[in-house]
Amino acid sequence: MTRLLAAGLCLFALVLVPLTALAQATQEDPAWQALLDKANGQTVYFHAWGGEPRINAYIQWAAREVARDYGVRVIHVKVSDTATVVSQVLSEKSVGKASGGAVDLIWINGENFASMKENELLAAPGWAETLPNWAYVDVENKPTVLVDFTVPTDGQESPWGMAKLVFMHDSARLETPPASLDELLAYATANPGRFAYPQPPNFYGTTFLKQVLAGTVANAELLSKPVDKAQFEEAVAPLFAYLDKLHPQLWREGQAFPKNASHMRQLLADGELDIAFSFNPGDASGAIANGELPPTVRTFVFEGGTIGNTHFVAIPFNSSAQEGAQVFANFLLSPMAQTRKQEPEIWGDPTVLDVAGLPANEKALFDTMDLGPAILSPEDLGPVLPEPHPSWVKALEEAWVQRYGAE
Amino acid sequence: MPSEVDRLSQGTRLRVDAPTILVTVLLAGPVLAGLAGTALPAFGYLPALGYGQFSFAPFQQLFEAPGLVTSALLSLSTGLTASLLSLAIVLIFTAGWSGTQTFRRLTRFLSPLLSVPHAAAAIGLAFLIAPSGFVVRLVSPWATGWTRPPDILILNDPYGMAMTFGLVAKEVPFLFLMTLAALNRPRTEDFFKAGAGLGYGRMATFFKIVLPQVYPMIRLPILAVVAYSTSVVDVATILGPTTPPPLAPRLVAWMNDPDLTERLMASAGALLQLAVTLSALVIYLCLEKLARVLAHRQYQSGHRFRQEGFSRFFSLLPMLLIIIVMVLSLCLLVIWSAAKSWWFPAVLPQAWSLSKMVDAVQMGSGSLAATLFLAVVSALLATSLTLWLLEARSHRNLAVNKRLKSYIFLPLLVPQIAFLFGLQMLFLLFGLSGTLLAVLLSHLIFVFPYAFLALSDPWDQLDPRYARAARSIGAPRAKVFWKIQLPLLLRPVLVTIAVAAAVSVGQYLPTLMIGAGRIVTITTESVALASGGNRQFASLYALLQLIVPLMGFLLAALVPSLVHRNRAAMRLGK
Repeated sequence: MTRLLAAGLCLFALVLVPLTALAQATQEDPAWQALLDKANGQTVYFHAWGGEPRINAYIQWAAREVARDYGVRVIHVKVSDTATVVSQVLSEKSVGKASGGAVDLIWINGENFASMKENELLAAPGWAETLPNWAYVDVENKPTVLVDFTVPTDGQESPWGMAKLVFMHDSARLETPPASLDELLAYATANPGRFAYPQPPNFYGTTFLKQVLAGTVANAELLSKPVDKAQFEEAVAPLFAYLDKLHPQLWREGQAFPKNASHMRQLLADGELDIAFSFNPGDASGAIANGELPPTVRTFVFEGGTIGNTHFVAIPFNSSAQEGAQVFANFLLSPMAQTRKQEPEIWGDPTVLDVAGLPANEKALFDTMDLGPAILSPEDLGPVLPEPHPSWVKALEEAWVQRYGAE
Repeated sequence: MPSEVDRLSQGTRLRVDAPTILVTVLLAGPVLAGLAGTALPAFGYLPALGYGQFSFAPFQQLFEAPGLVTSALLSLSTGLTASLLSLAIVLIFTAGWSGTQTFRRLTRFLSPLLSVPHAAAAIGLAFLIAPSGFVVRLVSPWATGWTRPPDILILNDPYGMAMTFGLVAKEVPFLFLMTLAALNRPRTEDFFKAGAGLGYGRMATFFKIVLPQVYPMIRLPILAVVAYSTSVVDVATILGPTTPPPLAPRLVAWMNDPDLTERLMASAGALLQLAVTLSALVIYLCLEKLARVLAHRQYQSGHRFRQEGFSRFFSLLPMLLIIIVMVLSLCLLVIWSAAKSWWFPAVLPQAWSLSKMVDAVQMGSGSLAATLFLAVVSALLATSLTLWLLEARSHRNLAVNKRLKSYIFLPLLVPQIAFLFGLQMLFLLFGLSGTLLAVLLSHLIFVFPYAFLALSDPWDQLDPRYARAARSIGAPRAKVFWKIQLPLLLRPVLVTIAVAAAVSVGQYLPTLMIGAGRIVTITTESVALASGGNRQFASLYALLQLIVPLMGFLLAALVPSLVHRNRAAMRLGK
């Protein structure tokens, strides 16, 4: 009798499984509803870089929205370096804390993501692609939403914004900015002490190295693969030849460097530098609106393109509020949140969504936006150069420190 | 009242009392446990990452790091130079001017400067002396012809001069107040009089007669300054060299490297930091010996040094310079906190905005509350614990001996970095990481020694006859404490609470590491904002950092005069 009952139950389950799978695919999505129910009342500790008050204010706004609409409380933990969060999750793993971790959501990309993925510090794959707003993401024209510094995201991080290296100059002092690496070197030589880049391993400093590397390397295919020790020296030889010529002309003759992109932008505002750069094409417009840069600052890029990537949010394996974190990630992807984020006075960070494919009302939000005086149109922004494999970051940083960081 | 014999036998039987045990466990325990937690990974043992074999590989990797020797030497030289300079400035100034009107006036300036957290002072100093900073703006372009900031290396110079100066500006007020406390003992005046009577000049009197009495009391604070300056992180990050940086900031970078294997190397580096700090302490002690030998020859020479007008004048200059620089830096923080745009070479901002102030206070209210809570609770706990310990020891007629003192000051003599990493692991194991309680405990480790430093001298100076008289008319021990000893010590107790609160507010690394980022204080916020591009916010938070300790010192100054308003003798006292 019991055996019969068990068999019957098995049969019942066999019928039920495909049924639920089918239900998940429909518009109503009870799975998402169940997740919303679970998320209600959760507190999400969102660890994100806190050096930019405008971004902090945006995160606070988003937190208010999800608290009101979904009952999810989001607390922005302001960090000065995302790598500290990675080591924090690692510390928790090393003492066996498999649940109830301190970090629920991280603002992340690149080598930090690669490191977390490799050390199995992330929540199970796939969640990002099950978010309802994933449907709007521009997978086709923005391939970096799926491949983060050549590492597949596997749905372990949800895209938040697009980044592309742009340069800024004060048109009151420098009318025609250099259009290539060679022109940049010529400009620096003619005007010593007026160009600088943040000191690697700062993220922006390393990005500048990657930009020069992409512009000078003989065989660009090497960059998409893990660093090969045998070929590294040869690949970076032109990069360092360029830097050897550039460094004596740098700000403080290369004896001191800006600490980060914000410091570099501050030096541009102070008139110490003529050229600075940013990963956010709307940065200059936003900074002008906030009185952080003179109104004469403009944006430019190099011929042949600049490095671009996507930044994401990821959930650690031991997050204590996985559902709440997903609800917040989904909200960050919503057309409303993405338009607000792109407004220069709010933040100016480009969207990851496929604007053309949005419903008419949402599309209008993007179309009517005033992007400010210092932003380049998509055509003028030029092609996107892909990020090299994350292993290049470490190798470049080490080679740089060996050469310039320890005199 | 128990007989003398009773008390003595009790004293010998029970050498260790509850507060002594508690203090030892609370202070030395975390330091030693944390050191062990750092040492194991340094020798290749970190099972969580799959390193189960002891090896010297982390050290090999460490010594291959480019510029490591330069970094270690930088830490040693900047830290030692800053400590020695600070000490010299304080001693020379005290020698030349103690007891004068000028001295009293400058003292009033220096005490509040003690409450300025290191990071805030460094940010203000950077605004002042950078090539696009206030000093250059004052004289440009009319005197210098500079319409653009000159490309001169002032901040982050490779020899660490800006960093040394920043450290000096911050350590001078601390050492000065410690010296002041030591001078505040009975009979110090008599030494000055005796010197003058023998025909010695003012400065000669100080160095030949007063200093030998006072020095033992400021020795520990000096050693703490040496240990701190050789392993400082925040000042080094803002003002220090970067190619390569001193050791401590490099360690923090390695510990936070996304390449998790660098943690082993960072742990090895933490041990190297320990060695660097120890060497600095040893060098200092050797210099101290040398100075003692040289001084002895001077004592016997009998030179009176009566022509000292010139040297007295010069002893005033460095002190004045530091006060002016610090006050100007703080004024700049105030201006920047209300400035929207301030382009070179304008001396004052072109656009002002007060709305950000409101924003900052609103956004910072949570962290301000956490800061206040931690500061108040840790200050009260540390002060009560100190009083308990002192009362219990003096009740048993036990002086606070050298061993106990060395436990108390251990957290100040061992570089923070060297044991915080291991301590973080420990708190994680107990499931306490990221809780307010854990942060409070970690603050207490650093707050207690300062509370003890501030209170033990006033306690020792309290005339024991008050308590004895009270006991002889039958007052119980508790009553003696609450009705006699505490009211008599009201002022130093309040100052201790203020000092302790200031120390708690200044804690950056412990809050960040033990708080797991969940406990956010004004200090962690302002260091995060200092890495950003908005100076207005950075200044606002630096100012908020100042407000809590300043309130404490203000209360410490006001409350006693209110409580003692009808007791003339108490008001006249220090």
